[in-house]
Amino acid sequence: MSKISFWLQRVAQLLIVLLLVTFGVSLLLRLIPVDLATILLPVGSEIERDLLRTELGFDKGPIGYYLQWLGDFVQGDMGKIYFSGGTEEVSTHLRNAMPRSLLLMIYTQVTALAIAIPLGVLSAYRVGRRADKITSNILFTLSSIPNFAIALLLIIFIGVKLAWLPTLGYAPLSDGIWEHFQYMIMPVISLSCGLVSTYTRLLRADMIAALREDYVTMAASKGLSDRRILWRHVFRPSSLTLLTSAALSMGALIGGAIVIESIFATYGVGFEVFFAIQGRQYVLLQSTVAVIALFYVFFNLVVDLSCGFVDPRTRDRRVNA
Amino acid sequence: MSSLLSVKGMNINFDTSRGLLEAVRNVDLEIPAGMSVGVVGESGSGKTVMCRAAMGLLQGSNVKRSGKVVFDGRELTAMSKSEVREQFGSGMAMIFQDPMTALNPVRRIGSQVSEGLRVRLGMSKKDALARSKELLELVRIPNAAAVLKLFPFQLSGGMRQRVMIAIAISCSPKLLFADEPTTALDVTVQAQILQLLRELREDLKMSMVLVTHDLGVVAGNTDYVAVMYAGEVVEFAETKKLFADMRMPYTEALLESIPTIDQKSGARLAVIAGRLPDPTDRGAGCSFAPRCKYAQDKCRNEHPELKQDPDGHLYRCWFPIGEAK
Repeated sequence: MSKISFWLQRVAQLLIVLLLVTFGVSLLLRLIPVDLATILLPVGSEIERDLLRTELGFDKGPIGYYLQWLGDFVQGDMGKIYFSGGTEEVSTHLRNAMPRSLLLMIYTQVTALAIAIPLGVLSAYRVGRRADKITSNILFTLSSIPNFAIALLLIIFIGVKLAWLPTLGYAPLSDGIWEHFQYMIMPVISLSCGLVSTYTRLLRADMIAALREDYVTMAASKGLSDRRILWRHVFRPSSLTLLTSAALSMGALIGGAIVIESIFATYGVGFEVFFAIQGRQYVLLQSTVAVIALFYVFFNLVVDLSCGFVDPRTRDRRVNA
Repeated sequence: MSSLLSVKGMNINFDTSRGLLEAVRNVDLEIPAGMSVGVVGESGSGKTVMCRAAMGLLQGSNVKRSGKVVFDGRELTAMSKSEVREQFGSGMAMIFQDPMTALNPVRRIGSQVSEGLRVRLGMSKKDALARSKELLELVRIPNAAAVLKLFPFQLSGGMRQRVMIAIAISCSPKLLFADEPTTALDVTVQAQILQLLRELREDLKMSMVLVTHDLGVVAGNTDYVAVMYAGEVVEFAETKKLFADMRMPYTEALLESIPTIDQKSGARLAVIAGRLPDPTDRGAGCSFAPRCKYAQDKCRNEHPELKQDPDGHLYRCWFPIGEAK
C-alpha cells in the first residue's frame, strides 16, 4: 500500500511540475510586449488576425489562454506553425524531430557511459598512479573544449579532409544501419566528450570513497579477486550520483543539443526550439518546451525507480517517508 | 607446541604528509594452533594494522612493510597476491569491528554469505545458499531463510555481527581474526557474541586472534594475551599468568582503568594520563615513559627490549612490576 501511495504521490508531484513549467512558458509568451497575432501573421489582414486571436485564445487573458492550449495539447493538438503561404502542424514537426533527438540522446548516453564506467573504475582502482593521472589529464582537456569546437574539428578532419563521413544531414534507421549511423557518429562524439569527463569524475570520486569502506576490506578477506570486488561490491553502491547525473543530462540532451543539431543539420528537437525562437513561432515554442519538459520529468521518474533498484536503502527510506 | 601463525619482526609504516608514521614496530607474535590469543591496547596502538598486515589485507601505495609472516607452515610474505588470497576463507578469516559498515549495504545477506562459498569452495549457487542458511542457523539467527533475502540495514547490530561471523566461518578457517568484534555492540549483545565465538571456536577447532581494548573481554576468552602499546608488543603471557603477575606498568594501568562494581558512585574514573606518543616521532626512550607512574631517567632515554621470564612471560620494561618494588 505504502509503495503504491508513494508512486502516486511521485507522479502527482511530477504532474504539478509539468503544469508549472508549461504555465510559466505560456505566461512568458503573453508577456512579450507585442501583439502575438501580428507576429504570427505579419502579412495577413486584421480580420484574419482576429480569427487567429479567437482560435488560439489570445483574447481570453493569460489563464484562459493557457487552459485552452493545455486542453488542445492533451488531446494531441499542439498548434500550428504559421508561414506566409499557410500553416503546418506542430505535431508533424515534432513527430519528425523527436526520433532524431531521442536516438541522438540514446547513442550519446550509451557511448558516454560505455567509456566513462570502465575509465572511472580504472582510475579509482589505480588512484594516484599513472593510469589515473593520464586519464584525468585527458578528460580535463576534453571537458574544457566546448562541444561545438569538437564538432567543427570533426567536420574539418573526418568530414572534409578524410571525407569518411557526411558532414550534414540525417537518415532514419529504415534507410539502413550504416546509412543511419554515418550521420550520427560525429554529433554523438561531439556531445559525448563532455559527458564522459563528467561521468568519469563522478564515478571515480564515489568509487574512491567506497573503496575505503570496511565492506571492501571485508570482501577482500573473503578471498575475492580485485575485479570481483570492484564490480560486485564497489561499483553498485558508487553509481547513484552517476545515475542521477546521467538522467538529468538525458533530459538536457533532448532539447539542449541546439548547437550540435544545427551544425550537423540533424534537425531534432533542439533545432525546432532554435527555429521557433528565430522565426518567432511561439506556438511551436510553447508546445516543444512542453514536450521537452515531459521527457525530462519522465526520465527523472525512471531514475527514481532505478535508484531504488541500485541502492535498496533508498527504497526503504521512501516507503517510510 | 607448533605455531599456526608466526609473525617475525613486523614493521608497518605509512608514508604520510606528516612524515613516516610508524604503526607497527618490530612485532613478533606466535599464535599456537588451537589457541586463542588476545591482542590488547588502546585505540591507535597498532592492533588492527598488525592483524590486517598479518593476514595480508593491508593495501595502499603508501604502506611500507617488512618482516615475515608464516601461516600454517607457509610464508605469506613470500607469496603472490593471488596465492595469499587462496588462504582466505579456508585458512584465515576476519570479523570486523563495526557490523554497520562491514557488510555491503546494497547486497542481500544471502549473496554476501554465500559468496565466499561459491568463490572459494566452488559451490553452486543453490548449494551455497542452502549452506548459508545452515551457517545463519549456526550463529543462531532466527528465521534464517527469511534473513537471507534481507539487506543489512534491515537487521540490528547484533544480528549483523552474527551474519559477519557466519561469513567468516563459512569456509571453516583455521584461524579467525576477530577485530574488536563486540566494541560496536550493546553490553548484553556483547556477551552473547563472545559466548557464540567461544562455542564456535571449540566446535570448529579454530584458533583465534581476539583484538580488543578491553582486558575484561580478554580474561574469559583467550589462552594468551599480547599487550600492544605505540605499535610494539609490550607484554606477552598466558592469560592466567598475566592477570596473576603483571610485569608491565602499562598493562596495570589498563586494568586499573576498568571501572569496578564496588566503586563509590560519583568516584572519578581511573584514566591513563596523557596520550599515545606521536606515531611519526617515537622518541628515544620507552614509549610509555611519559605516562608511566614508575618512570625513571633510564626509561626516558633508553628504549627497553623485550625480556623473558623463565616461564615464558615477555615484557618490555626496565623496571617491571614485582622487581622495582
